[in-house]
Formats: sequence, structure tokens, C-alpha cells
Amino acid sequence: MSRNLLIRLGSTMVTLFGVALIVFILVRVVPGNPIAMMLPPGASDADIALLTAHYGLDKPIMTQFWIWLGRALQGDFGTSISLRQDVMSLIFGRLPATLELATLALLIAMALGGALAITAARFRGTAVETGIDLANGASLAMPDFLWGLTFILLFGVLIPVFAISGRVSPTLDLPFVTGFYLIESILRLRVDIFLDLMRHMLMPALALALPLAAVIAQLLKTSLKEAMQQDYVMLARTKGFSETRVLISEALRNAVIPTLTLAGVQFTFLIGGTVIVERLFSYEGLGNMAIDAVINRDLPLIQGIVLVFALIFVIINLIVDLSYALLNPRLRHG
Amino acid sequence: MAEARVIRVKAGPRLWLSGLWLTFFALAAIFAPLIVPHDPLAQDLMLGKLPPAWVTGHEPGYLLGTDSLGRDVLSRLISAARPALFVAIGAGLAACLLGSVLGLLAGFFGGWTDRIISRIVDIWMAFPPVLLSILLVAFLNPSLQSVIIAIAIIDWTRFCRVVRAETMQQRRMDYVESARAMGLTSIATLAREVLPNVLPAIIVLLSLEMGIAVIVEAILSYVNLSVSTDQATWGSMIAEGRGIIYQAWWVLVFPMIALFLTVLAFSQFGEGLKERFDPVLR
Repeated sequence: MSRNLLIRLGSTMVTLFGVALIVFILVRVVPGNPIAMMLPPGASDADIALLTAHYGLDKPIMTQFWIWLGRALQGDFGTSISLRQDVMSLIFGRLPATLELATLALLIAMALGGALAITAARFRGTAVETGIDLANGASLAMPDFLWGLTFILLFGVLIPVFAISGRVSPTLDLPFVTGFYLIESILRLRVDIFLDLMRHMLMPALALALPLAAVIAQLLKTSLKEAMQQDYVMLARTKGFSETRVLISEALRNAVIPTLTLAGVQFTFLIGGTVIVERLFSYEGLGNMAIDAVINRDLPLIQGIVLVFALIFVIINLIVDLSYALLNPRLRHG
Repeated sequence: MAEARVIRVKAGPRLWLSGLWLTFFALAAIFAPLIVPHDPLAQDLMLGKLPPAWVTGHEPGYLLGTDSLGRDVLSRLISAARPALFVAIGAGLAACLLGSVLGLLAGFFGGWTDRIISRIVDIWMAFPPVLLSILLVAFLNPSLQSVIIAIAIIDWTRFCRVVRAETMQQRRMDYVESARAMGLTSIATLAREVLPNVLPAIIVLLSLEMGIAVIVEAILSYVNLSVSTDQATWGSMIAEGRGIIYQAWWVLVFPMIALFLTVLAFSQFGEGLKERFDPVLR
């Protein structure tokens, strides 16, 4: 186990290193002097030389990479060209919004997918299962981009119950100290702010959640149906437990492992999806900022955001692998 | 056996219906300049935001209404099928070629070849795809070619992973051994013996990939990073419609429907093919 863990951690490091190298090369390939772009127009040659030396850009390319990597590891990604602020503080300003949206979407997907799978497995072979299968197929066929647009039309325009842009109403006075508005509104028992946040977040979260919910529902249903034919389930049945109880207390525990692994991998797709869904709902998250950064050719900001996204992806994959090893007794001593 | 028959019956209408829409889509794209009722770029501010023909206030000749600049929505919808088809074919084939070749090599030769290719795939999967495509297109300068290159550079891993796994399975089969025993070189064995057996999986993936390419192109043109504005795209129509959603819902709804049907058709065509090929795949 500990040996596997070390190997896994090592390969994660290699992946991250590769990502950093690619991002570095991508940005070098782009024409233009990044230092000149970082400084306000009219900066003196001395200023340019100073900053060039600060970022080590007067040194050979491989040395440059190591200097850049060292600074990146300390969280120094330079200054945003378009916003003229420290890249890292810009990213930390937006990251909570994206994390809250993605987590909310994940929770919705797990609850919805789980409920659908259990219902379909409970009524397997009936019209209920067929109906759930069809609904799954439909929500899988539609990408988050189109789900988002559909929700905007349905619940933003046709029956206007939700807000179609932003994260929170600008008129609200927020007493918060962190960027995690949703969590803080719960902790501070501010129901008014919580409801306003949900009015903004529910549609983008649902758009992100639906494709994942369908994947979870399909996979969990298959595992549940398999588990229901195992000996221990038969045993529980002969004890006179009801079908629903057998399903939830016996089969679910064993069926959940393969689903969890896949849900973790799919969660990275969901996080990737936040980029366009945030854009669609004008939600002030990292993804929306990334698109602006690309449009403005704000290289330092782009570098920082791509690396942070890659870091999140790699961490999720690592957690999934580790939890799989922990949850699966057969692999524990592998 | 009975189950296999059920699947075959189900695969029928699925392939048939999705194939029908894809044919319709391809024909519309090819003959777009001949069949559009109006010039898709012709502006007439006097005819701005006209509703579709079944809504009061419409004008004859504008079946699906007009956008805020008075451009005919139906004509734009049809002419936007062109870039969509172009990207579906171009990006689909490019990603397929790159990923399949690398997957075949990794799966067939194993060892260091496999280790290096698989490591690259791992690194690739650590990038958020939509963000990476936006990044690439911005750096390559927005155009259809850039969109195709970006999608191919990002999505080759989808092909690589599946083709690698399939090839590894095929490599252990007897026929590969006997081909080698007959004195065929590795490349010849790969091309003549392994490839035909992996091909069904590749074709299924290709159909799915074309659907993905259409969506990615729509997303890129939604954020204005695809073709220039003098070519209508579904994504740019959606972006315009999103902006005037309270005044003219039709500008948003029709390209959404076209996009959805096309994506659905590609994925269902792929699924249908998968069911058809299933005995071969197993």
C-alpha cells in the first residue's frame, strides 16, 4: 500500500512537471515580449531590464524554465497584463466561486444519480427502469453548454424564477470575509443571502450536474443489479428484509465502489465544464476570468489559471486513486 | 442469442434516424449557397427582430424570423451548417489519425513506446479541455483551421486510450502470432492484421468525436474565437440570441435545436454502430 502510494505520488509529480513544461513552452512560443506587456506603456528601458532580470529572462532558456518553476512553486506567477494585479491574488479571488459551483454540482449529481439508480434497481424490469434509462440517455446526449442554455430559456425567461447572470445580486450587502459566499451564508445563518446565491447558482450547477448524474445513475444501477444477485443479498432476503431495505443496506455498500471511481474521473470533466458554463451565466469564477484572459492575451494570468486547473485535476485523480485503494479490500494489499 | 437479437432490432431505427438527420445536415451544408432564401449576411435594420412565421408581427418570407440586424435566421442557420460540417470532418479525422496511430504503436509494441505515449496521455488529461482549446485557438489566431487543429491536439487522447487497449487485446491473439511466424514485419502485421480488427472501435469513436467537435466549435464561436464574423455559425448565433433573449427568443432557440440534433445524431449514430459491431468488438 505505502509503496503503491509512493509510486502514485511520484507519477503525479511527473504529470504536474509535464503540465508546467507545456504551459511554459506554449507561452514562450507566442510572439511578443512578456515583460514589455507586463509594464505600463511608457516604462523606461531600465525598468524593463530590471523586471527582465527579476524574472530571469536574460538567462538561457532552460535556466529560465527552472527560475519560472521555482517562482511558480512559491505562488509567484507575475502580474496580470490586463488587470494590473498580482496573478495569484486574482486567482484566489475567483477560485472559491468556482469551487463552490463545482461542489454544488457534484452534490446534486450524486444525490440525483444515486436516487435514480436506486429507484431503477428497485423497480428493475418495469416501465420505471425503462423511463429512467431514457432520461439518462437524454441527459447524456446533451452537453452542459446546451443544458445551460435550455435552463436559461426555461427558468430564466419563460418562467423567470432564477437569475440568468452573476453570482449574487449586486444590491445585497455582503458581510463576508472569505470568497466562499455559500458556505459563509450557511455558517452565518443568512438565509436571505443563501437564497439569493442559490437563485444564481442552481441553474449553472444543474447544467454541470445533469450529464454526471446520468453517468452515476447508469453505473450504479448496473452494479446494484449485479449485487442484488449475490449470495449475501439472498441471505438478507431470506431473513425477511424488505426489498428496499436489502437494496440500500446490503447491495448499495458494495455497489458504490466502482461508481465512486468513475464519478471522480467524471468530476474533472465537470470542473472543465465550469469554464463555458460560467461564461454562459456570467458567473464570476475562474473559468470566466480565463476566457477574458485569453481574449486579452494576458499571458501571465493564463499561465496561472491553466496551472491551477491542472493542479485541481491531478489532485482529484490522486484522491480517487487513493480512496479506491482504501475502499477496495482486494487492492489494499496489492 | 435472444438478447443479441433484441439489440439488433433496437440498433435499426437508431442508426436510421440519426443517419437521416446527418444526411440532411450534410446536404444543407453542401448546398447552403443554393438553398438559402436570403443572403445570410444581408442586414436590414427595418426588418430587425422579426418573429417566426407563426407568431403575430411576422413578415412573409422570413420563416424563422430575423435577428437584431435584420438578418434572416433560417438562412443563417443553413449557412452555419457549413463550418459545423467542416470542423466535424476535419477535426474528427485529424484527432482520429493522430490518436489511432499512437494507440496502435503503444498497444502493439508495449515497453518504452507504451510507457512514453501513456505518460503523454496522462499529462494531456490534466488540462481542462475547453480551456485548452480556447487557449490554443487564441494563440493560433481564430479561424476554422485553428479550431480543427486545437480539437485534434486535445482529443487525440480519446482515440489513443481506446485503440491502445484494443490493440493490446488483439496482440495476444493467435492470428498475430501466426502472422509473425509467417515472417511479416511488425508494421505489416499491425497494418494488415491488427488494424482491421481495431477499426470498428475506431469508427465508433470517430462518430462520437465528430459530435464533440461540433459542440466545441459552437463553444469557441460562442466566445468569438472561431471563424470571422462574416460567416454565420451556430455558436455565434447563440451568443447573439443570449444577448437579446428577452426581446427575440427565436435567435437563440433555432440554432440550439440544430446544434442539439446534430450532436445527438452523431452520438446516436456512434452508439448504433457500436451495437452493430458488438460481436466484433468482443
